[in-house]
Amino acid sequence: MNFDFSDDQKSLQDETHRFLRDRCDLSVARLVLDDQQQAYSESVWREMVELGWTGITIPEQYGGIGLGYLELCVMAEEMGRFLVPVPFSSTLYQFCEALLNGASKTLKQEILPQVAAGKLIGTMAFAEGIGFPDPDRIGVRFKAGKLYGDKWPVADAMIAGAAVVLAVNEDNDPCLCFLDLDQEAVHRRQLESVDPSRSQGGLEFFGAEAENLTAFEGGSGKSGWQLFQRVLNAAAVLFAFEQIGGADACLAAATEFSRERHAFGRPIGSFQAIKHKLVDVYVANQLARSNAYYGAWALATGAEELPLAASVARVSATQAYEYAASENIQVHGGMGFTWEADCHLYLRRSRTLALLIGSSGLWKKQVTSELQRKFV
Amino acid sequence: MDFDDTPEEAEFRLEVKNWLAEQAPVYNLKNVDDLSFEQRLSLGREFQAGKAERGYAKVTWPQELGGMGGTPMQAVIYDQEEEKYNFPTLFFGISLGMPIPILRRFASEEQKKRHLIPALRGEEIWCQLFSEPSAGSDLGGISLRAVREADEWVLNGQKIWTSYAHISDFGVIVTRTDPSLPKHQGMTYFFVDMKSPGIEVRPIKQAAGSGEFCEVFFNDVRIPDTARLGEINGGWPVAIATLMEERFGVSEAAGGGASLENTVRFLHREFSDSQSGLNDACVREKIADWHVAESGINNFYARLLTGLSQGQLPGPEAALSKLVIARKLQTQSSDIMDICGPAGAIYPDSQVSRANDFRVAWLEAAGYRIAGGTDEILKNTIAERVLGLPGDIRVDKDIPFEKLK
Repeated sequence: MNFDFSDDQKSLQDETHRFLRDRCDLSVARLVLDDQQQAYSESVWREMVELGWTGITIPEQYGGIGLGYLELCVMAEEMGRFLVPVPFSSTLYQFCEALLNGASKTLKQEILPQVAAGKLIGTMAFAEGIGFPDPDRIGVRFKAGKLYGDKWPVADAMIAGAAVVLAVNEDNDPCLCFLDLDQEAVHRRQLESVDPSRSQGGLEFFGAEAENLTAFEGGSGKSGWQLFQRVLNAAAVLFAFEQIGGADACLAAATEFSRERHAFGRPIGSFQAIKHKLVDVYVANQLARSNAYYGAWALATGAEELPLAASVARVSATQAYEYAASENIQVHGGMGFTWEADCHLYLRRSRTLALLIGSSGLWKKQVTSELQRKFV
Repeated sequence: MDFDDTPEEAEFRLEVKNWLAEQAPVYNLKNVDDLSFEQRLSLGREFQAGKAERGYAKVTWPQELGGMGGTPMQAVIYDQEEEKYNFPTLFFGISLGMPIPILRRFASEEQKKRHLIPALRGEEIWCQLFSEPSAGSDLGGISLRAVREADEWVLNGQKIWTSYAHISDFGVIVTRTDPSLPKHQGMTYFFVDMKSPGIEVRPIKQAAGSGEFCEVFFNDVRIPDTARLGEINGGWPVAIATLMEERFGVSEAAGGGASLENTVRFLHREFSDSQSGLNDACVREKIADWHVAESGINNFYARLLTGLSQGQLPGPEAALSKLVIARKLQTQSSDIMDICGPAGAIYPDSQVSRANDFRVAWLEAAGYRIAGGTDEILKNTIAERVLGLPGDIRVDKDIPFEKLK
């Protein structure tokens, strides 16, 4: 039994932790939150590029470092802990995942080195307003090499240079298209979200030049929808690590506060009302962490359980983070609900992470479908 | 990252598997109801004797004490493999889990020589006489009196919730020896021959009907001072050590009730061609919730085992397994009953085994949330020992026991 990260992976996590603690504490997320004009922290992003982090999972042949998913998982946990306001997740968990798993060698050769070198921020555009896409309900059309329609919300839409877009082709089949966002036929608009520390926007396409990712000679063997599912499953595991990092930070903050804050002549942490609440948070965090490890294992080994493991990791991490973030405010009392206290930063992030790649309800459906497939 | 045994672990697992497979034809119970309690106990003793001969009864103990000098991970591997069968070993769980390790730590050489091996072989069974009607979660509040008379102690009072007291040969017991001292300071720990005159054991019928629990009455029971474990009025640390032994038992996820696999198949069978059962969105959401919790516990367990495999002993965080499993058993069983409608309250045909039935599990879960530490006490333990939160203010800590209300 070796259900843990290796010593090398743990020291990568420590290294990530130290860098973020020194260079990207919560004041950085706060700067982006306070300044509507800033879509991300460009200076922190540039330092991450210099450290090679944008190429962490990109193979060496495409200019990256070529580490695996487990390395990305431990880094994601720290990204979540420090609420980093940079396009790490859009670029690595979604955009790169789509290219690595679906694109032709030519496209990979063209794009991935730019990502690794920090010259290109990427994202994935799939939502179309209220609801979540399913194969029969995709409005954006891909016709004769061009994209038409509207996608919103899209993470980092204002700063990404390229995107992978979920559309339907002329046969009404879902496909994933790659496109350069810096063209006239793409209109961007900023959207105001509950978590301004991670910017979101809308992308409208008026016949934008695009390329069907999976339609190349030889092909990847995956349909557009299968590729989209594969990217979502990977993203679910990676976001789960961001979520457990955030949940852990909330528990630590609430625990520390309850040891120091006195009321009725004693630390509030000595009251069972507080103790039991914090233990509930701790238990949810531990279960979420354990499930996230399972997701990491499935992702890293290419196990066929990935759809089940990813959905379980996602549901568990979403529950834990949202619970930890809301109870962190509760333990802090009135002060916890001020702009000045950091509690609301976690609350905002926990909510947007819970929604970004589909809500718990959606992922629970996947859990049960996978179980049914396995058992019946 | 993997779930695989190390080569040494795999080798040991194979050895255990082979040995258990040899035992199965005689000792594996296919249908528990076919045998009486006495028959199961006597079959269990036979199996246990063979197990002890291989050193499997206490894998981590040195060979000269009846173990096999193995690692904690090997102990887990043995348990994992044995759990795949239905051997009648339940009677020895508490005996070998708490009292016997305490005897090994606190008894004289002569006493150990007399008692350890017969217990390991299942020839003698030990019980743990801790809780009293007015002292459960607050173990420091026990009042069963032990009064010294020359080289003897005279015991008077009552114990309760003592599992298997009715079949036990000996028991470890915590008593009140000096009520003029504050509660934790006036306690002394002994072991006692359960056949002593003045001991009366009465099984308690539990809410769920089963009754391995007993209440035990002590009327002028005389025990020698040599049966004392630890100092006079120094029983509290020995009692705590006993409870700590419990914690090192790493429990697995399953924890009784209907398995998810069987539940999904059951719903598929009972509700085919309808809008309910597996086709009902509410039911599907519940199935996902059960699985997420179960998977969380299984994977948490895998993380504990990883630590164990690398030589670390589990800390107080291991208590969360029981906390989660008991609550999950209760809600999941009750959910399945809900899905069945009015028939959810009706037991299956008496010809069908009721082991792992969700209706049985639903009722038993209410007790499971209390036994071995209530949900609330476990939460206090985790809060104080894992999260480092300050202890509750104890208003009775420094007051003589006899002055307490």
